[in-house]
Amino acid sequence: MNISKTKPNVALAKRVTELSLNHKELEASRRNADEPAWLLSARKVGRVRFAELGLPTLRDEDWRFTNVAPIAVMVFKPRLGPAHHGVTKKVLNQFPFTALAGGQLVFVNGQFAPELSSLAPLPEGVKVMSLAAALAKVPALVEPHLCRHTSTDTNAFTALNTAFFQDGAFIHVPAGQAVAEPIHLLFISTAKDHGTTVHPRNLIVAESYSRVTVIESYLSLCDTAYFTNSVTELVAADNAVVEHLKFQDENRQAFHIATVAAHCGSASNVVTHSIALGAKLSRTNIYATLAGEGLECILNGLYLTRGEQLADHYMVVDHAQPHGASHEYFNGILADKSKGVFHGRILVRPGAQKTDAKQTNKNLLLSDDATADTKPQLEIYADDVKCTHGATIGQLNDESIFYLRSRGIPREKARRMLIHAFAGEIIDRVRCAAVRQELDRLVWDRLEQNQQIAGNP
Amino acid sequence: MKQPILAIQNLSAAVEGRQILKGINLTIYPGEMHAIMGPNGSGKSTLAAILAGREGYQITGGEVIYCGQDLLALDPEERACEGVFLAFQYPVEIPGVNSTYFLKAAYNEIRKHRGLPELDAMDFLTFVKEKVKLLHLPEDLLKRPVNYGFSGGEKKRNEIFQMAVLEPKFAILDETDSGLDIDALKIVAHGVTTLKRPDNAQLVITHYQRLLNFIVPDFVHVLYDGRIVKSGGKELAFELEGTGYDGMINAAAVPA
Repeated sequence: MNISKTKPNVALAKRVTELSLNHKELEASRRNADEPAWLLSARKVGRVRFAELGLPTLRDEDWRFTNVAPIAVMVFKPRLGPAHHGVTKKVLNQFPFTALAGGQLVFVNGQFAPELSSLAPLPEGVKVMSLAAALAKVPALVEPHLCRHTSTDTNAFTALNTAFFQDGAFIHVPAGQAVAEPIHLLFISTAKDHGTTVHPRNLIVAESYSRVTVIESYLSLCDTAYFTNSVTELVAADNAVVEHLKFQDENRQAFHIATVAAHCGSASNVVTHSIALGAKLSRTNIYATLAGEGLECILNGLYLTRGEQLADHYMVVDHAQPHGASHEYFNGILADKSKGVFHGRILVRPGAQKTDAKQTNKNLLLSDDATADTKPQLEIYADDVKCTHGATIGQLNDESIFYLRSRGIPREKARRMLIHAFAGEIIDRVRCAAVRQELDRLVWDRLEQNQQIAGNP
Repeated sequence: MKQPILAIQNLSAAVEGRQILKGINLTIYPGEMHAIMGPNGSGKSTLAAILAGREGYQITGGEVIYCGQDLLALDPEERACEGVFLAFQYPVEIPGVNSTYFLKAAYNEIRKHRGLPELDAMDFLTFVKEKVKLLHLPEDLLKRPVNYGFSGGEKKRNEIFQMAVLEPKFAILDETDSGLDIDALKIVAHGVTTLKRPDNAQLVITHYQRLLNFIVPDFVHVLYDGRIVKSGGKELAFELEGTGYDGMINAAAVPA
């Protein structure tokens, strides 16, 4: 590992020290919380590692298109103590996915809010609770997985989360069980101060031959420049079927850094969607480890940006075993002076023969000032594999607009139909019909809103 | 006297400064089917594009009167709402836009323009299913994205299907026969013939005479170098098959 590459500058080092100091109180409270030794040791590794790495800079190849300096200069204020957030069940109704039949766990400023949470009856043995509760009640289910599927080696934000996370969701589906309705994990921020920082940590474990759908959404009830730094570890054991969707619509001052680390077993089927609509700066890291044979893993994403928003998706698909299929589909719709970043790395390890890896990133620029950076990266160490990648950056096709107009559809309506269709390519891959329909409506509303704000004719 | 559906008078047009159409005269009355034939580069597709309102052409002279109004002053969508339809030579694939959704949107725009109430989803579905049957087309066409992943023949059939749904007063078929095998050609010809009515008109643009074995135009025009050099009845197509374009054009050039 090359540490010197990410050597932090002096100012940054100061921020890091400050950050640790700010989190001291948090740490003290944790020592009293009777955390198991293995977790305390993982936290220590995270803390040390974060101090070594510092926050990434543009010189770091994995961060060359996304400048996190605005995060580095923030005064991190960890959320402490019981929250008097004032969020009521009634307020929840305004948020997406809250009417779904499966119910939800709600977290306000990173803290579990049991009074706002309710779940539909779950099949025998299925556990859905806060991670803190799981550590206390079912530590044997948590220990084999928590902090085992993310790497703090190279990702400073994951290290930071590991060191300081307070809570998040825990979902465990035992072998052979299927949860019919999607489980919604709702993270709401009501931060009053700029720099308020939360580190949600989720663990989703689907044992063999189980099936589950999980939605994670990140939303705001405030307009402060707070910072969400979430990590989700997702484990799909052999033959498990998992659909996971992260929906990010934080306020447009907020910073959102998230890591989704999926560990996929033999013949499992995992699809993880990332929908990025909000935040001033968002970065979603997806690490998919294809650890078994004959599995299918789909990474599917859509980002809509306007103003000066930046949405970054970074992913590593690690084909470690033969006969694995992975597909990445990411579409971006970029308006005004906003920016979209896609960085997709496919790693095919020696012996991962018959790998079928595909990657597509398409960007639609709605203004002359919008930019898209796309970087495919294929590293192939096996000789009998199929790997393809493609990236496009462009504007709406004039010929398509003319075709629609020639049938009587006005120009502006034709434009919207095509933009919607471009988003629809991604939305259509959402398997759960109720989620798909709601997402479709959300994205359509947002597109209409963006168009109006952009003042298009 | 009957009003013509379309009257093209001395139409000239250029693309990027290059003169393509050099004075076209053509009048089409209700109930008529006209065919325009001509070699590659004669200006056939340019004429079709200008009539449908595609951008990128400069009109350098003449006019086009459609049902008494200045066609060239209208936007493409206004022309469509007034009953002009172009079956594209290369229909555009539009992934993500469902065929039924697209057609319903188009159909209702046209109805709105005519002051008619919009059809709801159920009524529209019943209506399009009848059209599918009429043209012997597979019903799954309605569920697929517009032209997406269609074979060449399917795309052309889809154009005819759209024409059947939108019921234009004036349809232009731009080389709808090109790239079709004989079965697809028969389906297209069947569609076009079925849709012919006393109150509408069709302009069939083709490079080859073979389409005219299946549909019988009332008039045939030969377009060459931006001008109509010869007009006649359907026998002109057969004559053309004998002489070829060169033979006919050389013969036509003599009196000029």
